[in-house]
Amino acid sequence: MNPVYAQLQQEVPLAWYLILSAILFSLGIVGFLIKRNLITVFMSIELMLNAVNLSFVTFAHQWHQVKGQIFVFFVMMVAAAEAAVGLAIIIAVFRARATLAVDRIDRMKL
Amino acid sequence: MHLILFVVFAGLCLAGAVNLLLQTHPINSALSLIVVMTSLAVLYLLLGAEFLAAAQVIVYAGAIMVLFTFVVMLLNAGREDRTLGSSAAKTVGFPAVAAILSLIATIILHAQGLGTARLGDGITSTEELSTVLFTKLLLPFEATSILILIAILGAVALARHGHGSDGDRERTGGK
Repeated sequence: MNPVYAQLQQEVPLAWYLILSAILFSLGIVGFLIKRNLITVFMSIELMLNAVNLSFVTFAHQWHQVKGQIFVFFVMMVAAAEAAVGLAIIIAVFRARATLAVDRIDRMKL
Repeated sequence: MHLILFVVFAGLCLAGAVNLLLQTHPINSALSLIVVMTSLAVLYLLLGAEFLAAAQVIVYAGAIMVLFTFVVMLLNAGREDRTLGSSAAKTVGFPAVAAILSLIATIILHAQGLGTARLGDGITSTEELSTVLFTKLLLPFEATSILILIAILGAVALARHGHGSDGDRERTGGK
């Protein structure tokens, strides 16, 4: 067989995609735990959402189902709405407390 | 080819995610997150999801991350202080994360019947996707549009300066 053609036909197991997704999700959890800045904590949540999306796309490819991809589409829409509201809340918190450090935002009331 | 592309972009993805954790300045974390999201778009393309790859770049790497960098610059967020890290995260959090990761990895590696991905195999066209979206799932789609409308209103109400008369008074007082 032509070596170039053989290289083009190389396959990647879908398990690798799932493991990449699991690693990204774990890195998101670690970021959520160790980061001390409100915006960066929020970014870690976005990282976790992206990791789950990768799992959805992988399973959609495995079962040849379109619905898995549509689910990712809905997750993206909800993430956009969540980012808009979350960042507005961050701006409101910053206005009230003048800080973004999560250790200093420890009360529900002003 | 698929293997090379997968290794390169999975590596970029992981490097970006690790860099997000290591950077102390939020703007550097935001830029690493853009790297992660763009590499994920390439991985979606490798899995045959062409519409989602485009949406990932436009919605995530474009719109959402612009919002993030905008807020970082608006609030003038400086580098974070690391001295106040909680001990609970170190004693309970990291072992729990390691346990969850090893559990998921074990389950995935022992799973039977997981296929392989090849270049140009099982590509979902935008036409297929939109046919299902606009016939079977029309109601959830419309509900999502209402959700986004509510989110816009909520964001405007939350980020507005002051509350009604207070804000007006401050504005006239400033003149």
